[in-house]
Parts: sequence; C-alpha cells; structure tokens
Amino acid sequence: MKRTLLALLLLIPLAGCSSSATWGWYVVDPSTPSGWTNVKFLISGMGSTIAVSVIAAAISILLGLIVALPGLSDRWGIRAINRVYVEFIRSIPLLPMLFWVFYGLPIIFREMGLDIPIDPFWGAIITLAISDSAFTAEIYRAGIQSIARGQTEAAQTIGLNYYQTMRYVVLPQAIRRILPPLANQFIYIVKMSAFASVIGMQELTRRANELVVTEYRPLEIYTLLIFEYLILVLVISAGVRWLERRMGSDERA
Amino acid sequence: MADAAVEMVGVNKWFGDFHVLRDINLKVASGEKVVICGPSGSGKSTVVRCINRLEQHQKGTIRVGGVELTNDPKSVAAIRSEVGMVFQQFNLFPHLTVMENLTLGPLKARGLSRDEAEARAMRYLERVHIPDQAQKRPGQLSGGQQQRVAIARSLCMEPKVLLFDEPTSALDPEMISEVLDVMVELASEGITMVVVTHEMGFARKVADNMIFMDAGEIVEQGPPDEFFGAPRSKRCQKFLSQILQH
Ligand SMILES: Nc1ncnc2c1ncn2[C@@H]1O[C@H](COP(=O)(O)OP(=O)(O)O)[C@@H](O)[C@H]1O
Ligand SMILES: [Mg+2]
Repeated sequence: MKRTLLALLLLIPLAGCSSSATWGWYVVDPSTPSGWTNVKFLISGMGSTIAVSVIAAAISILLGLIVALPGLSDRWGIRAINRVYVEFIRSIPLLPMLFWVFYGLPIIFREMGLDIPIDPFWGAIITLAISDSAFTAEIYRAGIQSIARGQTEAAQTIGLNYYQTMRYVVLPQAIRRILPPLANQFIYIVKMSAFASVIGMQELTRRANELVVTEYRPLEIYTLLIFEYLILVLVISAGVRWLERRMGSDERA
Repeated sequence: MADAAVEMVGVNKWFGDFHVLRDINLKVASGEKVVICGPSGSGKSTVVRCINRLEQHQKGTIRVGGVELTNDPKSVAAIRSEVGMVFQQFNLFPHLTVMENLTLGPLKARGLSRDEAEARAMRYLERVHIPDQAQKRPGQLSGGQQQRVAIARSLCMEPKVLLFDEPTSALDPEMISEVLDVMVELASEGITMVVVTHEMGFARKVADNMIFMDAGEIVEQGPPDEFFGAPRSKRCQKFLSQILQH
C-alpha cells in the first residue's frame, strides 16, 4: 500500500514532464531574460529568510536557557514556572501565535502608551523565537540533567555559586549534548519562517506567492521554492554534522 | 570552652515520610578526627551531607565553627567556605585538567590570582604525591590518583573541616592504601576530619572518636579502644564482628 502510494507520488510530476501542456519551466528558466528576472526575484527572499531564522534562533537559544534554569530547581514552585511556560507555548500553533503577535501585540503596546510598531520582520522573529524557545528550553533541561548531580555538589563544596557552577562546571559538559539538537531546531525555524509570508514578510515563500499571482505558474514556482528550502536545509545539515563530528572528536578526554 | 568545629544537636531529617536521621547529637572538637561507620542505608552519608548543606535537616541545629546553618544563603556560603568534602565517586570535573580542577575554587570563589592559585595547587598536589599529573585530565588517571586529586582539590580551599564520604569504597583494593596513607598524613596535621569509612585499620590509627550508626540513629560512640575493645550494644557488636572478619 505504502509503495503504491509512493510510486503514484513519483509518477505525477514525471508524467507531467512528458507533456509540455502542464509544465511551463520557461517562467523560471534562467537562460531567458524574463525567466532570469523571475529567478532573481524568487531567490531575493533568501536574505530575509536567513536573517529572520538566524535572529530568531539566537533569541531562542538565549531565552531557552533562561526558561530551562527554573526547571532544574529543587522547589516545585520554581519548577512550575518552567512547566507552565513550556506546556503553554508548545501548545500554541505557530500561525495563531503569529497573528496574535503581529495584529494583537501592537494593541497591547498602544494601551500601555508605548509606541512600539511591529513590522513583519520583527513580528516573525518574535513569534519564531518564542515558539521555538519552549523546545530549546527542553533541550537545555535534558542536557543539563544528563550531567551527574555529583558535579554540581562538588562545585558547591569548593564554594562556587549557582552562576559559577553553571558557567564553569555544568554547561561546558552539557554543551556536547545540547548543541546537536539545538542545531536541528535551527532547521525547524528555517522551515517555519515560511509562515511569515502571511503577514507580508518578503521572504522566500512570500516571493513565490507573489510571482504565482502574476505568472500563474504555481507548479513550477513552488517546485523551485521547495528546492530553495531543500538547499538551505542541506547546507545547515552539513554544518550540523560537521559540528557533531567536532564535538565527538573532542570527547577524547 | 572554644566553639566546637561541628556541633549537631537533636538533628532530625525526613525524606518524604522516611525518617532518615533521628535525634543526631554529635560534637566534633577542633582538630578532632571522627570516624562514622554503620550498615549501608543507616544515614551516614546524610549526616555528613547535612554538615555542608548538601541536604537540609528539618529539626534541630547544626553549627559549624559557631555559625548556625540556616536557610540564609550567607550562612550556607560561610559554612561551605570552612568545610571541604571528598566524595565516594571523586566527582572530579572531567572536562578540566587536574590543575584546572584544583584552581577553579581558589580563582572563582576565593579570588586568588592565577599565579597564587597554581602555586597553591602544586603545593597540595605534592602533598598527595602526584605533582607530575597536573596537566592530565581526570579520565587519564587511576582511581586512586583521582581520589587523591579530589582530596587536593578540597585542600586548595584550605577548609577547617574536611568531610569524607566512603572515600575508598569505589576503589580497586590495590589503590585503597595510597589514599588512606594520604589521609593518615593529613590527620597528623591538625585539620578536623569527619570520615565515613569501613576501613577499621585506618579508624584505629587516626580516630579520636568512633561513631556507629544504625537506622538513622547514633547507636554508640567512644574512643577507638573502648569502641573496638568492648562495644556495648548488640547491633554494634554484630556489625563489628561482620566487618572485622575479613
Ligand atoms: N535523596 C533521597 N531521597 C530519598 N531517600 C534517600 C535519599 N538519600 C538517601 N535516602 C535514603 O536514606 C537512607 C540513608 O541513606 P544514606 O545516608 O545514604 O545511608 P548510608 O550512607 O549510611 O548508606 C537510605 O535508606 C537511602 O535510601
Ligand atoms: Mg553512604
């Protein structure tokens, strides 16, 4: 059953190739002037996709750590802060959160007498960063908890305070387990950044949508779009694997 | 009379419903060596861990150098700066070299300069007879060497009281004596020691006071001659006969 389905899926585009009636690759054919203009237009969204993803990931990496730390407390009241945040944020679908941030948050700011406009760029970053932080928080928590309790205790007995214990003893050891899944989260952010197209951010998906409206060639344009993401993700994956190898080789203590 | 180095009065502790320490009264004079023994699960580790607040007691008072242990972070910090601890599992920092393990506390908690911290570290590495291992990682050392590094790491904080929780229990038999030898040398230098161990040869040699615990209570205590020669309680007699058979 699965195999038939797969074969069918593969057949659809292949069948299309043979008949020039369904495919019109000329819209994105770089050898023709108009095709080249279109391709440039599509690729020009790459910069914002990368910028939004990188900034959102950076915020999420910091925010995740801040959220993870109370989750490691001995007191349940402090742990609860972490649990509520993670469970709450994790359960909000990205799109509603994006709408809330982009259309709703400015109203709150205005009520508070603050003049903070939220443009699509920052709206997307805030949403992606917060949404992702629930996951990075869990990655940190698991990574830190994997470090034996004796390490923290030894650090305490030589007089290190909480910050010093984290900074010099726990995090340097946990980072080896934290970095690879953190890098994988980055791929997730890149893909989710496509949602920013609906609030008008000029990234890859938005560009594709706009071109589809004028050219009316969705199949070719979205195919190219998919390959744009594919290339982006493959490059990041290669980076992640390089990182993992490096961390692995460092393991020889 | 001068303040006792460590004083526990009516200390009780529960893990949930489980009453792990029952009315512990223990006085350790400055410079005194106390050895605690008893069956597994009797609460020996918990007593020692309460002294430097790795565990919190719920009733009674604990004073270290006259300072009472409370929830005030200042009292915890004050007491931790006076009390060193050596763990059964060494708990060295595997990502740091031996030298870095030793200088971390002096540099970050005591604010020594790097030169001072390293000079101090070398001094204590010599005390535990492994100055040549300074640049290695803990993983490259034998268990006995690791435990001696752990002892040196505690000494680098120059504590008044040193706690040992079964320091040789995780060691291969041939490495036990190298660690005990270091501890005997330390004992001769005036530092206050509280040692949980079943090494009765060591206990006879250094202990001023022997303590036997069972089921969360101090069942018997006294100088080693009396303790080994004429244990009063049945439980202690039984324990000693079992442990001294080997
Ligand atoms: N964190 C803990 N939570 C619950 N029970 C514990 C904890 N630590 C120790 N115990 C229990 O308390 C008892 C005494 O433990 P411990 O002080 O480690 O004994 P000992 O060192 O004499 O073997 C044991 O029964 C142990 O299972
Ligand atoms: Mg124990």
